[in-house]
Amino acid sequence: MVNPTEYLPKSYHTRVSTYWWLARWAYLKFILRELSSVFVAWFVIVTMLEIRALTRGPAEFAEFQQWLRSPLLLILNVVSLFFVVFHAVTWFNLAPKAIVVRLRGKRLPNLAISAPNYVAWAVISAAVAWIILRG
Amino acid sequence: MANRITLEVTRYNPAHDERPGLETYEVPLRKEWVVLDALNYIKDHLDGSLSFRWSCRMGVCGSCGMTVNGVPKLTCATFLSDYAPGPVRVEPLKNFPVLRDLVVDTSDFLVKLAKSKPWIIRKVEKPLEEEYFQTPDQLDTYKQFSMCINCMLCYAACPVYGLDPLFSGPAAIALAQRYNLDSRDEGADQRLDILSQHDGIWGCTFVGECTQVCPKNVDPAGAIQQYKLAATKEWLKSLVLPRGAE
Repeated sequence: MVNPTEYLPKSYHTRVSTYWWLARWAYLKFILRELSSVFVAWFVIVTMLEIRALTRGPAEFAEFQQWLRSPLLLILNVVSLFFVVFHAVTWFNLAPKAIVVRLRGKRLPNLAISAPNYVAWAVISAAVAWIILRG
Repeated sequence: MANRITLEVTRYNPAHDERPGLETYEVPLRKEWVVLDALNYIKDHLDGSLSFRWSCRMGVCGSCGMTVNGVPKLTCATFLSDYAPGPVRVEPLKNFPVLRDLVVDTSDFLVKLAKSKPWIIRKVEKPLEEEYFQTPDQLDTYKQFSMCINCMLCYAACPVYGLDPLFSGPAAIALAQRYNLDSRDEGADQRLDILSQHDGIWGCTFVGECTQVCPKNVDPAGAIQQYKLAATKEWLKSLVLPRGAE
């Protein structure tokens, strides 16, 4: 830190601990939120691999599905799902902080900003699930 | 309720201490007492050499910010009884150099505050006889950010500021936004030039703790994110209309 007070004899500067993010739950939650982007990237990779297997024919796709069934991948994907949901929820909850909409001079409540995000999320997820599961 | 409570208070004398240490004091625990009252009790009755800043005792001056049990607090608004049976640890604000005991050096904040130009900037000033009118709705757009009392609790809660002291920090950006949103102000461009740099708004990773600890509900984290959005819009505008809209 720049110390602009040369006229003072001495001051004590504390160094931030490498483990500062363990000091408070709010900090840990922030780090987990940042970490969740890795799992979001992982899901993107899985989807791209899936599309690639799909374009290479039924045999390759069956092999891909077998690979997804391995215990290691199952555990990884369950953890990833948790982080992706965490990522989405924290993102939607933070959206009203950045977006300020004023209607007739009054600021819209946070819920009015975050709720449409949740509704869109639910509708799109349901549509995707319907397309995949209808057979 | 027990009638006494223990306080663990940071002591540091730059003349002969290598690093700050904790000193323990026992003070009366009274229902109406705040942490600042306990510190004043120590100074009056137990150890007159204890140094700390305070002034108004009513959450307006922003002088008595300290770390209470690890959380940045205004000690004049933090009741002792909420920490019973104790002990209560009182330390100086984090992320600032400690000058003595609970007193920190705030120079870095004051330099940053001035850089964000927290005053009304006019391209052409009106003559003194003329007034600048403002509707209640226009006032409402920036009022929340104008409640900042410069107590620096947000700086103490911000890990980004702790790790990167060049970061402009929450209050300075919130106060810049307070003037940007003021209908009388025309200085948003000047502030954006300073705050759209890496050490300005883009340094913020949105931990959000500045907003949590703010005793005045200023929501600096919100101000910074709104500023980011505004800066992005300006950047897009300059990309589409390189020679300006006019």
